Amino acid sequence: MQDLVPKEFKERNSLVINPVKTCQPIGAMYAALGIHGCLPHSHGSQGCCSYHRMHLTKHFREPVVASSSSFTEGASVFGGRANLETALKNIFAVYDPEVVAINTTCLSETIGDDVTSIVSGMEIPPGKTIINASTPSYVGSHVVGFANMVKAMVKQLSEKREPAQTNNKLNLIPGFVDPGDIREMKRILEAMDIDYILFPDQSDVLDTPLDGNYKMYPDGGVTIPELKDTANSKATIALGALASQPAAFELEKMHDVKAYTLKTPVGIKATDEFLMQLLKITGQEIPAEIEKERGQLVDIIADTHHQFHGKKVAIYGDPDIVISLTEFTLSMGMKPIHVLTGTPGKDFEAEINKMLKDADWESNVAAGGDLFQLHQWVKKEPVELLIGNSYGKLVAKQEDIPLVRVGFPILDRSVHSYLPKIGYKGAMLLVEKISSALLDRKDRDTDFELTEFVL
Amino acid sequence: MKNSIETKTLKAREDFIMTKGSNQQIKCDQQSLAGAVSQRACVYSGARVVLNPVKDAYHLVHGPIGCASYTWDIRGSLTSGSDIFRTSFSTDLREKDIVFGGEKKLTTIITELIENDNYQPEVIFIYSTCVVGVIGDDLKAVARRAEEKYGIRVIPVESSGFSGTKSKGYKAACEALLNLMEDFKEKSSEQQSSRTKKIGGKNVFKQQAAIMEQSNKENKANGQAEVKFSQSDTRKAKINALVKKLNHLSEIQTSSGINSYENLKQARRLIKQKQRSKTRKKLNLLGDYNLAAEGWIIKSYLQEVGIEVVAGFTGDAGIDDIRRAPTADLNIVQCAGSMKYLARRMKEEFGIPFLEISFLGLQDSLESLRRIAAQLKDPEIIENVERLIARKLPPVLAKLKVYKSYLAGKKAAIYVGGAFKAISLVKQFNQLGMKTVMVGTQNGKAADYQKLEKLTDPGTIILDDANPSELEEFMRQKGADVLVGGVKDRALAYKMGLAFFDHNHERKDPLVGFEGVINLAKELDLTINSPIWSVIGSGKNE
Ligand code: SF4
Ligand code: SF4
Repeated sequence: MQDLVPKEFKERNSLVINPVKTCQPIGAMYAALGIHGCLPHSHGSQGCCSYHRMHLTKHFREPVVASSSSFTEGASVFGGRANLETALKNIFAVYDPEVVAINTTCLSETIGDDVTSIVSGMEIPPGKTIINASTPSYVGSHVVGFANMVKAMVKQLSEKREPAQTNNKLNLIPGFVDPGDIREMKRILEAMDIDYILFPDQSDVLDTPLDGNYKMYPDGGVTIPELKDTANSKATIALGALASQPAAFELEKMHDVKAYTLKTPVGIKATDEFLMQLLKITGQEIPAEIEKERGQLVDIIADTHHQFHGKKVAIYGDPDIVISLTEFTLSMGMKPIHVLTGTPGKDFEAEINKMLKDADWESNVAAGGDLFQLHQWVKKEPVELLIGNSYGKLVAKQEDIPLVRVGFPILDRSVHSYLPKIGYKGAMLLVEKISSALLDRKDRDTDFELTEFVL
Repeated sequence: MKNSIETKTLKAREDFIMTKGSNQQIKCDQQSLAGAVSQRACVYSGARVVLNPVKDAYHLVHGPIGCASYTWDIRGSLTSGSDIFRTSFSTDLREKDIVFGGEKKLTTIITELIENDNYQPEVIFIYSTCVVGVIGDDLKAVARRAEEKYGIRVIPVESSGFSGTKSKGYKAACEALLNLMEDFKEKSSEQQSSRTKKIGGKNVFKQQAAIMEQSNKENKANGQAEVKFSQSDTRKAKINALVKKLNHLSEIQTSSGINSYENLKQARRLIKQKQRSKTRKKLNLLGDYNLAAEGWIIKSYLQEVGIEVVAGFTGDAGIDDIRRAPTADLNIVQCAGSMKYLARRMKEEFGIPFLEISFLGLQDSLESLRRIAAQLKDPEIIENVERLIARKLPPVLAKLKVYKSYLAGKKAAIYVGGAFKAISLVKQFNQLGMKTVMVGTQNGKAADYQKLEKLTDPGTIILDDANPSELEEFMRQKGADVLVGGVKDRALAYKMGLAFFDHNHERKDPLVGFEGVINLAKELDLTINSPIWSVIGSGKNE
């Protein structure tokens, strides 16, 4: 590609070049897919819905089904009530989902449709559930859309038992992560013998086996009774402040379920914190199996630390993941000198800067940035590794830097959604990826005479 | 069909589905039903896929971020020159813009784009999206002001998503292209570039821009590199790209007796031919987007027989090519769905006749070449076409015979965007001895469906704007072996344990012309006869 990225560049106030974020509804759609038997519904024109499905399908390589209100010119003048009513009728008649999760789009938000009131005025077939979240894309990003839909789940469904009685369960909100991560979380909880309600749960929805039978509603997903029961849990752990905290706070506000917000457990430190919090809340013990994994991980990093130490890295993507990755790379002795997310928000910069300060290190940090900005930074101050989604390939190729793909979306590689990046096991896989990327590069650049078998 | 198809289909959807032999009229060309799990996209998406390949234009999406990020580099069009079209520019509208209107932001952004030293846009396309249509930003006014101020072309694309189907977006894109061709009219009427005059002396920046542009023009005229990009060896790069592409094709051709040395020679010859092309017949290739180098393949045939392609619409098209397009003798239209409108308009505006052709499939390719030659009434070209066919055809036929033995009797289900693709696929499957058991399109017209009905066997399901459950149901019912479709359908097919063949923007192998015929067969064989389908525990054969 042509290189049109100068080192020095005029301040841009408004123009976004090569985004590192996308819009709210896709996050909401992804969250909704984590409910069992749920058909996500996009209240807007059919284009948005098509794009969101296509994008999710490209990342997960799984069928993604969602319906749309199919706005026409009329709807955008007179409002989308009629469209939504017809849509819901059609949906229950044809696709027969247990749940419909409606997200709005820029269009329906701008014309000011009140989805809550439209839905409440409708007759819903017995046994069926409708939830809705407001997801205008001109606020926040896809992660915010995810958070809004998760919040809607508890806000509109959670129900205190009469009389009050705890279910002795723990609520766990995994955040905007892949099915592989969710599986790993469940494995840890089960190893610790913790009773839990995990939501949204896209495992067994977006990582289903191929057996020759297509199921429009796969087996996985959190059920409606479970979501109702979140009100009666002991506590909620929200992994990832941006994606998960709003729902946890909502439960605390409504039903007094204590909320704990933690980082997405990527890397040793964040996983330690996650496990400690689990201990504190449940009084369980860390099983030997998990403890062993931690030891193995530390062993691996000790064996290979010289490969990472002092290596400059640029990290970009969604805030929750980038924060944890920054912490992890710092703990491996790497230098994250450029850290960027497309999602706007001051908290991100504060959090990263705090970590950097603790590590006595200064970097470029930006929220609400774009890939062009990252590229400029990299040009000005080169790095040896990029960590982020597929779009970074643009920078990687032009600057000849290896890229480790972590985050959303990953459109040019497969298997990523099946493997965890969280927990000690996930960290091992990350170390493997980072190490291989660096050593492959080293091998590539070493003269034949100097090439060695043992590295 | 009402009794013959026992599937859970919505009443209102029934008219959009028919079975061959049932004497039923199919309903189509309508927006999807509310609540449908439609595969369809919007007006904006139609405009974007058609216009985006214009390689040296700046494509600015005026709307919230999503519309831009989902269409960032989706088309897969290859370019032999600038690739600025692959950069995603968005106004990323925020709440306050929605409330107070986005015109101010748009104006600022256009200024930012133009006034920065690295980008020297000559043409900016501004796409409007749904929200912009609702908040009522006056794109035309903003564009006009920018044009006046900077002396470049800023062309609004009226593509608010909700205002119709994808076809409307195609039209909007065609309008934008016509708008660009207006420059040609201006130029020919005024001789001296009117734009250069307009630029004169309003402010320093504009003067700079004028000088820059002037020197660029001169440089170009001298065959030198343009100043704005560090592209000292554009021509060399182009040649390399062509050679590379032809080498890539050599795998197919080697086995047909043409080696890569031959390709190299061919590439050189083509380039030489192009250089001395002044007196030859000229045409525009409409409705090709140079996916997987398809445009280059078609152009290579045309060049070989002595026809110059002025502009591809819009695969690998440069702004200057498009401006020169009105000088062509003929327009040929590959994808009629997206470009027939432009062909018609160019006939009105510039008196250029057009010919609907198709380079998908052997039969169509041969026919198209011959028809083009006949239309141009040039005996030399007519002879050259026959020579080309005589050279290219036998090896292809020999290869096809082999693939036929692997594929005969297999059942195919087709669900693609444009009807012209569907039609050519059915024909090609027939040629391979395969059976089409289901065929549907997202944007087909009544006439297309009639054609499809004629081509297929009785019992074939024909449907418009299908949803996944319909696709699944019919594929199962009809025992399809392979689904031909786009990315969203791929996952569905695989989940059902069916082979899948990509006939959409994402595909990486060219499907046009002689090479394409073999590629298609090869890929079908690869997926249908993959061993993976035999290890599925409980399959469709149960
Ligand atoms: S209009 Fe909004 S919701 Fe639709 S694609 Fe664009 S940004 Fe996303
Ligand atoms: S907002 Fe409109 S223009 Fe944008 S993707 Fe959605 S339907 Fe298309």
